[in-house]
Amino acid sequence: MSAELVRGQNHPLPDNRLEVRVSAGRPVIAGVTLGDAQGKVRDSAWVAHPASPKLPGLEVSRQAAADHRLAVDLGALPGDVHWVNVLLALPVVDGAPRTFGAVAAPFVAITGLDGTEIATYTITDLDAESAVVAVELYLRKGSWKVRAVGQGYAGGLAAMLQDQGLPGAAEMAAAINEAVASGLARSVAPPPPRAEGDRTRRAATVGGNTAAAGQPPHPAPATPPGPPPGSGPGTQGPGTPGPGAQNRTQPPAQGAGGRLNYQHPNRRSAAPPAPPEPAPTAADPSRPVAGNASGWTMEERLYNQVWGMFEDLARTTAAYRSAVDFADSRMDQELDRALSDPAARVGAAADAARSSARARHSALVDQAKASLDRDIAQLAAEAAVVEPALPPAFAAWDSAVWHGYQVPMETPMAVRLGDLHLPEHPELRIPMLVRLPLERGLWIDSGRSPNTPMTVDSDQARKLAMEVGVALATRMLAAYPASDFTVNVIDPAGSGAAALAPLVHSGALKDPVATGAGGVSSMIAKLIQRVDLVQMAVRGGASDALPQHLDLSEQLLIVNDFPYGFDDRSVTQLRYLADEGPSVGVHLMMVADREDARAYGPVLDPLWRSLLRLTPTPDDHLADPWVGHAWTFSPQLPPPDSLVLHQVGERVSAARRAWGSGG
Amino acid sequence: MTVNLAKGQSISLQKSDGGALSVVRMGLGWKAAPRRGLFGSRTREIDLDASAVLFADRQPVDVVFFQHLVSDDGSVRHTGDNLVGGAGGGGDDESILVDLQRVPVHISQIVFTVNSFTGQTFQEVQDAFCRLVDESNGQELARYTLTGGGQYTAQVMAKVYRAGNGWQMAAIGSPTSGRTFQDLMPAIAAHL
Repeated sequence: MSAELVRGQNHPLPDNRLEVRVSAGRPVIAGVTLGDAQGKVRDSAWVAHPASPKLPGLEVSRQAAADHRLAVDLGALPGDVHWVNVLLALPVVDGAPRTFGAVAAPFVAITGLDGTEIATYTITDLDAESAVVAVELYLRKGSWKVRAVGQGYAGGLAAMLQDQGLPGAAEMAAAINEAVASGLARSVAPPPPRAEGDRTRRAATVGGNTAAAGQPPHPAPATPPGPPPGSGPGTQGPGTPGPGAQNRTQPPAQGAGGRLNYQHPNRRSAAPPAPPEPAPTAADPSRPVAGNASGWTMEERLYNQVWGMFEDLARTTAAYRSAVDFADSRMDQELDRALSDPAARVGAAADAARSSARARHSALVDQAKASLDRDIAQLAAEAAVVEPALPPAFAAWDSAVWHGYQVPMETPMAVRLGDLHLPEHPELRIPMLVRLPLERGLWIDSGRSPNTPMTVDSDQARKLAMEVGVALATRMLAAYPASDFTVNVIDPAGSGAAALAPLVHSGALKDPVATGAGGVSSMIAKLIQRVDLVQMAVRGGASDALPQHLDLSEQLLIVNDFPYGFDDRSVTQLRYLADEGPSVGVHLMMVADREDARAYGPVLDPLWRSLLRLTPTPDDHLADPWVGHAWTFSPQLPPPDSLVLHQVGERVSAARRAWGSGG
Repeated sequence: MTVNLAKGQSISLQKSDGGALSVVRMGLGWKAAPRRGLFGSRTREIDLDASAVLFADRQPVDVVFFQHLVSDDGSVRHTGDNLVGGAGGGGDDESILVDLQRVPVHISQIVFTVNSFTGQTFQEVQDAFCRLVDESNGQELARYTLTGGGQYTAQVMAKVYRAGNGWQMAAIGSPTSGRTFQDLMPAIAAHL
């Protein structure tokens, strides 16, 4: 079983050959410095960083990345190495966050070569720091141990390297940043020149306590960077950071009067009453951290966290509704009882009985409301940190991640279809994340429903539905790696042209929009052939026998204006695609009003039922899996006049061209 | 320190240091029916089930049992149905966790019951016990021995109820008969 370390805690390492896995949710630089018995980095040859990634026994990545896997062979290190510090730093590039306070808490796992976790550490409480010593591996009495450090530096890499005693720290930090920037240069602008004085004026911080300006980057020069072996007690058991550990890992804490945080970051129930910035209530809102859930990657942990918030909101609302129902029924009974005795129906006694029943009712409702408000405040604070940390596939369209959007290398586990909320607290929106590949097609209802606002007439509803469909299709294009996802569009009468403009003009569509009866039938025929061939190949176990020209990427077919322009045969074919497509990677998105297809009678009912219904305006038609509340779905649309869809489409089409020319 | 509760005895769920309990667990354990050599698979398995019924005043609001493992409000969680029992060494085979701070305000008591789903009486079941544990430190608060409980197939074990600002636990230990908690509702009502 793996140990979840808190800051300062250590843990023995069973083997010399290890892997250090880092996931940060945002691209970070990973580096390693080696220290001798005194903890001092002798020279620049003892630093592994993106510009010089290899050292005997270990290697780091040449690029900033959201996930790192560093293989370490402690036995192959130079003989006089006693410390191995694993460092993380934020790349100094435009559009990237400048401090760790602005990104999700990085997560570090030490694993064996077979992937079993030995120890994990979530680096919480970072604020203005842009570089952090994540963990250190150190030799103690002939055996290696790992310690969670979490020492951050607002002065960045230069301050950190200088603190470790490296000569020429500033030059090396500049070289590292340059190497990383050139690695990123294809997609983001080069870093702006930074004033040298800027760097020295900023001091190291710890635990979110920014040290006073003007303090030198060496916060506690009296404390040696590490205790010489033998000077410490040498009997520190895991889980009891001894005085040596405190001296080593928290030198600035004593200088700046900060406090150690031994609180386990993943134990929410017992979290300390740390005041969150907005301070929603004076109760005990444990400071929420993005990515505070289980999972192998930051993406998975954010996904699980969002679903955890969804469940918590469903359940706390269930508790509130149940309490209010009970209070109502109890008051009704008490009032009935007061009325049942004809003799006591009028008079002071009856009035007293009635008013006491009402008082009991409002007391209970108030109590229930107070618990609900407490939970909502906590969830709202959590949402406030989770939402900005979400990767593009999960993020809102107004999120800052879209500014630095790059076509991913891997398919995400889920995609955001929209937002969900309950009537008690409409301001608290839960992202609706569904797993990819989609298990069922989507139906964006362009008809008016009883919940459609009066201001939206049926033409506007149709237009809005197509915009929602295009935004979703763009998000899925953006979520998949280049050329792994293809969007096909059927728009028989061309009525969706305006909404489709971002996809068409950015070049994100491989094939032109299919219009007219001929276009409709040839598009559907193409996809049917794709489904049939892949199904045959899968069933026959002969996937390598598929024709070369066949497009094996995931396919999404947007169908606008159904059923106009469709003949009976096409309708049957669409049903076939809806039923058979998802298992072989062909997905249907109908943008349609069910009323329009009424002429087909019940034949189409199975089609509608097989699709997940989404609405272009808020509508309470979705149920959660735990309690079954009716949740109001609202679509995710880009802000008005935003060009984000177009820009994302251009990135996708550029990446596809690059991929096509390279492969 | 374990309290072996006698019938009707009640203890306050305050910690010895004065703090209130936050999470309690009702654990149920019993020894699996012995294997019978060649036709071991035909052994009559023993399936005991733990359930918890949430009451607002005297009105049942929610039930946590093997078909509804989490109360709607999320405060009471059943860790899953065990159909055969365990080694009988004292470990819990079924558990129900109650997060007392999360229990909705109108819930005034939670009653724990045990039933024999497969119909064996407690006389036939070996090493059966039920206990209440302070989940935050693993300390056992109360323990009940079921074995030798006579010709009964169910027992209303205990209840935790609001008293003042905190919670108290009362041992009930009233034997009765029934296959699932529904059969027990009249017996439970007598102890509210």
